[in-house]
Amino acid sequence: MITKTQIETTFREEHGRVLAALISQLGDFALAEDALQDALVNALERWEVTGVPRNPGAWLMTAAKRRAIDHLRRAATWERKVPLLDLPDMEDEPEMDDAIADERLKLMFTCCHPALALDTQIALTLHTLGGLSTPEVARAFLVPVPTMAQRLARARKKIREAGIPYRVPPADLLPERLEALLAVLYLIFNEGYCTTGGDTLTRRELCGEAIRLGRVLVALMPQNAEVHGLLALMLLHDSRREARLNAAGELVLLEAQDRSRWEHGKIQEGIAVLDTALSLYDPGPYQVQAAISALHAEATTPEMTDWAQIAALYDTLLKLSPSRVVAVNRAVAVAMAQGWDVGLALLHQIEDVEDYYPYHAARADLWRRMNDRVAAAEAYQAAIHLCGNSAERAYLQKRLKEML
Amino acid sequence: MKYMLLLYSNESEIPQTPEEQQAAAPAWYAFMQEVQAAGVWVSNHGLSPVATATTVRVREGKTLTTDGPFAETHEQLGGYYVLDCPDLDEAIRWAAKIPSVTYGSIEIRPLNHWSQ
Repeated sequence: MITKTQIETTFREEHGRVLAALISQLGDFALAEDALQDALVNALERWEVTGVPRNPGAWLMTAAKRRAIDHLRRAATWERKVPLLDLPDMEDEPEMDDAIADERLKLMFTCCHPALALDTQIALTLHTLGGLSTPEVARAFLVPVPTMAQRLARARKKIREAGIPYRVPPADLLPERLEALLAVLYLIFNEGYCTTGGDTLTRRELCGEAIRLGRVLVALMPQNAEVHGLLALMLLHDSRREARLNAAGELVLLEAQDRSRWEHGKIQEGIAVLDTALSLYDPGPYQVQAAISALHAEATTPEMTDWAQIAALYDTLLKLSPSRVVAVNRAVAVAMAQGWDVGLALLHQIEDVEDYYPYHAARADLWRRMNDRVAAAEAYQAAIHLCGNSAERAYLQKRLKEML
Repeated sequence: MKYMLLLYSNESEIPQTPEEQQAAAPAWYAFMQEVQAAGVWVSNHGLSPVATATTVRVREGKTLTTDGPFAETHEQLGGYYVLDCPDLDEAIRWAAKIPSVTYGSIEIRPLNHWSQ
């Protein structure tokens, strides 16, 4: 007996590929989505009785094409404009074409086009490539379903009417567009990883989905080092997900995590993917971050962490993509490698961090280690005042109490 | 597909003196040459400053005429190009070559179906 969950898993796996191929053939984003939606409803009814077919993707593709032809025929009858047979021989195609051309890369670049707002890029990527339903995407981002539905509808409309191309960008645009695409995948991952509010199941799904899309991208662009780098980074972070919260749901920092709860399969895979990335000799910020994450993962106890190496990697990262996040993390790594006071001095050289809570949290932590309780308490208070994440604030408050 | 590229900039930042205007002219001329040579140029015009603008509304049959632009904004509409491009990426590419893009901004709007 086939279950609804099995069918939904199949949908999730096939959605992006089938939709991408459909858009290529129909040349119309909205029509392809509607047709696939109809085909999915149809499949859900049929497969519960007949079981999942041998090649579910081909089944969905054929069914969706039929629905698209129906749509077009109706539109043509109503509007009498009959551009119908611009679609050559669709009906002559064999029952099932087993090999669906993989057009997902085009779909990824269209969904992450900079002419769409970042929120929209994220939602569209999850919806079209990840096959998450509108309510699922809405739930993941804590917005009402009608708001999300409207956001997605507007995006489809803009893609069509503003002429956002459906293609892999030409060489001169590719680096910039790929950077945006990787950023969207990483944002989806972080949305699942960093936010501790909301439904944990949804959060886990977001991480899982970002990793799945990362794998798809690795398969489609195997020669790009940063694509591998991002997948490695997500796998390595994800290996620690379960250990980040204790039984009470409180945040546990890396140093205090129960390392036996780390997922070693993911660590090994992450390191293997990182090795592939490094063998392509084209360093970039995701690879460096993955390398830092790998050094943490390889330390069996916090004391075994190779902080000197981590500090050197942060130096590189700061050159590749300078930001206050990286600058603060680098100072912390230097503190661990060379001494609290050296790190503290570095922290105090960073500019524009007065309103940035990790800066205050890092200072507080170093003063705590140096046994300067007054200074530490003051910095914890500043951090608590600025921190918007409830789990992290609870952690800081606990530390503050220890100082008083 | 036809796109209108609307040129916005702060009027205080555009070339003011005859010398400044003369210095800026070759870049505009070169852009014009390039769009025409590429076969994408449809039309273009530059506008007189917003100080010359008049706004008209008809309400309950009465014509209301006021001095000034429709909305007071930091950047003002200064002109437009209509270009015929295969897609938005191409329109963005051209927009990035308009001389005023380095101090103002370019809004790209596809023409709607009725006016294509």
